[in-house]
Amino acid sequence: MLITSIGQGLLWAPLVIGVFITFRILDIPDLTTEGSFPLGAAVTVHAMIQGQSALTATIAGFIAGCLAGWVTGMLDTKLHMPSLLAGILTMTGLYSVNMHIMGKSNVPLLSQKVLMDRLPMSWTLDGQTIGIGLIVTGVVMALLIWLFKTRLGLSLMATGNNSAMSSANGIHTDRMVIIGYMISNGCIALSGALIAQSNGYADIGMGIGTIVIGLASVLVGEIFLRGRQIWLRLSAMVLGAIIYRYLLTVAMGLGFPVDDLKILSAGILVVVICLPLIRNKYRTRQQLKRYLKQIGVEQNENQSISSLKRPASTEGLLSRDPK
Amino acid sequence: MLKNVSLTIEPGDFISVIGNNGAGKSTLLNTIAGTLPVDAGELTLAGHRVTKKSVAYRAQWLSRVFQDPKLGTAGELSVAENLTLASQHTGSMSLGLYRHAQQEASYRQLLATLHMGLEDRLSTQVKYLSGGQRQALSLLMATLSQPDLLLLDEHTAALDPQTSAQVMALTQEIVTTHRLTTMMITHKMSDALKYGNRLVMVQDGQIKLDVRGAEKDQLEQNQLMKLFAE
Repeated sequence: MLITSIGQGLLWAPLVIGVFITFRILDIPDLTTEGSFPLGAAVTVHAMIQGQSALTATIAGFIAGCLAGWVTGMLDTKLHMPSLLAGILTMTGLYSVNMHIMGKSNVPLLSQKVLMDRLPMSWTLDGQTIGIGLIVTGVVMALLIWLFKTRLGLSLMATGNNSAMSSANGIHTDRMVIIGYMISNGCIALSGALIAQSNGYADIGMGIGTIVIGLASVLVGEIFLRGRQIWLRLSAMVLGAIIYRYLLTVAMGLGFPVDDLKILSAGILVVVICLPLIRNKYRTRQQLKRYLKQIGVEQNENQSISSLKRPASTEGLLSRDPK
Repeated sequence: MLKNVSLTIEPGDFISVIGNNGAGKSTLLNTIAGTLPVDAGELTLAGHRVTKKSVAYRAQWLSRVFQDPKLGTAGELSVAENLTLASQHTGSMSLGLYRHAQQEASYRQLLATLHMGLEDRLSTQVKYLSGGQRQALSLLMATLSQPDLLLLDEHTAALDPQTSAQVMALTQEIVTTHRLTTMMITHKMSDALKYGNRLVMVQDGQIKLDVRGAEKDQLEQNQLMKLFAE
């Protein structure tokens, strides 16, 4: 069960990394996800049925996602739409686009060789999934770690953090936001392409709830791995994707019907949003207690010192002390 | 709102801009920086027509320190990363790696001139610095790219009196050593009289007074007060 979750988690990891880029780096909740995920699946499956190799088809899926991100980015920056609305519009439009690409609502792969088949046949299905997941996620992570060490990456981070300061320092923030949307949705579509190959079909409804899955995985990952370095933050995303898959697998093992998984996903998101809040409150209280205790100890010390020097005048101090 | 404003800033000028609330000081500055569009007229920077250009484009020649210390720096990024962003106002799309040990040594030297102990905190996230430290860093960042014009937007107004004086002294030091052309908005008349070689007073969206050199030196606070009251 855990092994399956790791494999599936690794296939979902690019989606979580994509959501991380818009949500954490650019500080935008991007709903394009719900459309670009099935877009990646649709384009890849269509290309494979047309006779393209699995690799070419997967890359085509990634590029299609980048284009979807470009559309949202243009709506957001050039037409000055609120980013939520821009995402909703692209997502809605993509439904029709996906239907046109697929021709019907569910397209199965027949005898086409998927990426997982490139690995030795002697491996188990889970082994092949993990292998491909590791390779793809590894490449995505390596490229992004490099990107965020360049001036472009730094400008991306600055734009999400303080856009007034960024433009005052000569960064074309609109361009940065568009690039961010493109990278993000490319990764999300890549994940869709991998899932379609793993499932053996593309489905028009496979994007429903993906933004919740993505956000929940981002937050779960950040609960377990914290840090400022980009490799650590990206690793947290991969970990988040795997843990999230595991939670769903456990829930299914407990007998939850598949239809209830969406509400479960939403529930998990609510919990992981609340968890850090409660933890912070608890921590603040602990700190306050520790601080008060420290002051109490100091008071006691003062008392002992003053009682040594002036034994008669401790009444006031003693009366304040509960002991 | 600005009406019929014509202002030529000479290289090497250090202009203090004063005026009542709502007189148009900030509007003037925002128009130069590009955050506010102009309805009519023309704006040139270092010989380039920039009337309709973006903030980022104008940043080739401009630097700006904001009133709010939080606005001038990226809080999530480290001190070194902020300095890197400010060191060049072009090439934000570059795919070159930005971290160099050599650069960090020069940052450390620069930060030491602020006398705020920031030289040992290169990798600290800026959000953990105090307001005064952030503003001093903003000031250093704004001068790093050797701008043709430095805009200071009441940059000491959000600080306590002591820190404010410290940042003001630092401003004077940096502006004179780098011979920066500067335009400073200020609320404090004493600062306006004390610093700079030129004084501009804005009222009702127009320039009411523009004095320089010896004429400015002779100006006194009560004279200015009188002008304000008119």
